[in-house]
Amino acid sequence: MAKVTVDGIEVEIANGSSVLQAAEAAGKEIPRFCYHERLSVAGNCRMCLVEIEKIPKPVASCGQPVADGMVIFTDTENVRKSRRGVMEFLLINHPLDCPICDQGGECDLQDEAVSYGRDTSRYEEGKRAVAQPDWGPLVKTTMTRCIHCTRCIRFSTEIAGVPELGATMRGESMQVGTYVEKALSSELSGNLIDLCPVGALTSKPYAYTARSWELRKTDSVDVLDAVGTNIRIDARGAEVLRILPRLNDDVNEEWLGDKSRFSVDGLKRRRLDRPWLRENGKLRAASWEEVFAAVTNKIKSTTPDRIGAIAGDLVDVESMLALKEMFTSLGSPNLDCRQDGAVFDASQRGFYLFNTSIAGIEEADALLIIGSNSRHEAPVLNARIRKRWLAGNFQAGLIGVAHDLTYATTHVGAGPDAIAALLDGTHPFAEVLKAAKKPMLILGAGALARPDGAAIHAAAWKLAAQFNMMNDDWHGFNVLHHAAARTGALDIGFLPGPEGKATAQMLGGGVDILWLLGADALDTQAIGADTFVIYQGHHGDAGAARADVILPGAAYTEKDGTYVNTEGRVQQGFIAVKPPGDAREDWRILRAISAYMGHALRYDTLQELRAHLVQTYPGFALTGELRRLAGTNLTAPAGDLAAVSSAPFQPVLQNYYQTDPISRASPTMAACVAAHYPTLAEAAE
Amino acid sequence: MNTHIEPTDFVFDDLAEGAVTKAIARYPAGKQASAVMALLDIAQRQMERLTGSAWVPRVAMDAVAQRLGIAAVRVYEMATFYTMYNTKPVGKFHLQVCTTTPCWLRGSDEVVASCKKVSGIEDFGQTSADGLFTMTEVECLGGCVNAPILQINDDYYEDLDAARTEALLNGLKSGAPLPPAGSSIGRQASAPVTNQTALLNNTKPVE
Repeated sequence: MAKVTVDGIEVEIANGSSVLQAAEAAGKEIPRFCYHERLSVAGNCRMCLVEIEKIPKPVASCGQPVADGMVIFTDTENVRKSRRGVMEFLLINHPLDCPICDQGGECDLQDEAVSYGRDTSRYEEGKRAVAQPDWGPLVKTTMTRCIHCTRCIRFSTEIAGVPELGATMRGESMQVGTYVEKALSSELSGNLIDLCPVGALTSKPYAYTARSWELRKTDSVDVLDAVGTNIRIDARGAEVLRILPRLNDDVNEEWLGDKSRFSVDGLKRRRLDRPWLRENGKLRAASWEEVFAAVTNKIKSTTPDRIGAIAGDLVDVESMLALKEMFTSLGSPNLDCRQDGAVFDASQRGFYLFNTSIAGIEEADALLIIGSNSRHEAPVLNARIRKRWLAGNFQAGLIGVAHDLTYATTHVGAGPDAIAALLDGTHPFAEVLKAAKKPMLILGAGALARPDGAAIHAAAWKLAAQFNMMNDDWHGFNVLHHAAARTGALDIGFLPGPEGKATAQMLGGGVDILWLLGADALDTQAIGADTFVIYQGHHGDAGAARADVILPGAAYTEKDGTYVNTEGRVQQGFIAVKPPGDAREDWRILRAISAYMGHALRYDTLQELRAHLVQTYPGFALTGELRRLAGTNLTAPAGDLAAVSSAPFQPVLQNYYQTDPISRASPTMAACVAAHYPTLAEAAE
Repeated sequence: MNTHIEPTDFVFDDLAEGAVTKAIARYPAGKQASAVMALLDIAQRQMERLTGSAWVPRVAMDAVAQRLGIAAVRVYEMATFYTMYNTKPVGKFHLQVCTTTPCWLRGSDEVVASCKKVSGIEDFGQTSADGLFTMTEVECLGGCVNAPILQINDDYYEDLDAARTEALLNGLKSGAPLPPAGSSIGRQASAPVTNQTALLNNTKPVE
């Protein structure tokens, strides 16, 4: 530890920290453009100048390590003068287009110019202008505004692991860009917009839409993957305009995947804003009373064991609980949340959680990924793995399709045979796992959503046990879901009851009434022709197209909801805007319909529902925090090891950008598919 | 802007391959990226050998990146930063005129004017119609004692004035090979133009 004095305040800070960090520890704000906590130090903007005793010239505090006894001044006349000078140089080539710049109002340069800028410019020469390259459908470039802080270059190289950006040319001709014009191929490219301290990189879909001060900001949780990224929903009036990440070091640090950020325009399209009823083969608009009557009559005239419900991927825990309890009161055990057919033993939480936790990845020293393209299924979590890999002494193995995961991986094999090869030690990667102190494995949906999923689950558990991945202070067995609702659904047991039917049995005419709660990812062709389908959800997607009754629900931005991420972390999102038209929050629809059927659920308000949830499942009492499980319970999951087939693992996501009703409705995501998967886009047309 | 035609592929030929192996071997294992400068130069010389124009097309930068296992953009950064790598085709004779203060004081304007006159080039960065000459403005070449300096391809031509520059370039234009490099007024290395004033066999130091 080094003891330093900042403006007379004594602080103790770890050796190797920078002067800027020391100043922050002392509560002093240092202006900066290029410095960023999560990126390497570049030291090229020079805005963070401070004075240090016994150093004759001002020092860039971001790159200056502290020394014991250092006396730092952050606000002397000399410091101010130096920063003013820096600011004047930065503004030489910066255009005065704040009124038409999307960064206006949330621009670091604008803010600092208020403190350190001159009221008039002394510069009379020509300003530099730079061409606007096309970086694809998400990031809009106005490189004339660029102040060459290189944050975007460092982000794409270090965090995203897709080194496509660089600074070409030099001096006044220096340009930040891709050199060869191309769309950014990172799933995290939207974060460049947040990182850019000026208006050089802004959001293309959001261009000229709103000013930051017009927006109503609501904290929420992303549901487009199972990471549970903390987000802020920015809305104006009844419209969600953009989604930004919120800081949460345990989950997403400050990153957000592109799909989660840019799918907002999908929230306005193909919405179910009124109930629909199928009559003579055609859907017609109906009133709530009509659909309630239709549903009630149909259910009353059907035996309970011929009614089934499948919960989708974006659903909140509250509505699943309401649906589950409604079905229980009707006497039907046919419930399933695994519309992808990922059937495996979920009798213990440890069997289906990402037990290591996302932050815990940083403690691991070896990783085996089985049947997952984590870059597509959970880009933010994948960035955490890359962060761990960058820190060194970390080896990753991959079983499945050999994707580029942005870090070096040893391709152990394409299918379950590779698990066997590791179990009997014939594959050299077994030595890596054996030598590791904290090895972990990630079991993806690609390994579970197949007929032998349960067997592979058991085999992976055996592998974890054999390589000492589970002990008193380490749990290295992880399941990586890609459906945001899945963990919560498993937590509340949204699974077939005794004698109950799972998804596969409900399809093909296994039930007479099928209640799809936002379930669109199943093969609707496989639903029996005579099955009466009730679709409750927010988008006119696959499920609604097949439905006989449509109950318009609320998207995640339109309701208070609880979600459990893949780690088992319970998080709550808040309502940002009202659902459109006649659409209602899903639990309310279920509550109303249950009363109609004479089985009224016991809660009238969300508070009551949540109290009931916590009472029934005490784990939900703890929100936001995560209690990491220790790997002490070595009871193996049920699963016949002999049933493992040798078919190679297949990717679960066809593409990253369109995976759910919201992103499928989004024109921005369609543009991304066109840019990155030209063959897919053609096939869609 | 980029009006030239980029080749569609680039492969190091046998001659270059030997140099590449040698350049990479200079650096310890895991630090091969350090050879990027050498490899770009090798690529540029191969282009000169095969096409008569010393430049590094984009495909060559990609080949360098692939050989060194680094991101292509890291090579683009390098190649565009240094003026010695040409990212566009240049003429057979690349006239690199130093116009930094010492050369300018000693008459680099004359050299520039002569270059323009003989080659027909109108401004820096252009290539003559016959494809013989490309004129580039460069910063200090470090030969200030013998200013003004004109670097043609790899060689320095020093102590130039308008007439001598014209003579030099006219020679090249008529197909003569590049004359020996160095001072155009017969100066020995960077010794004084008039008389040698130092190291005159004096055993005693001058008092």
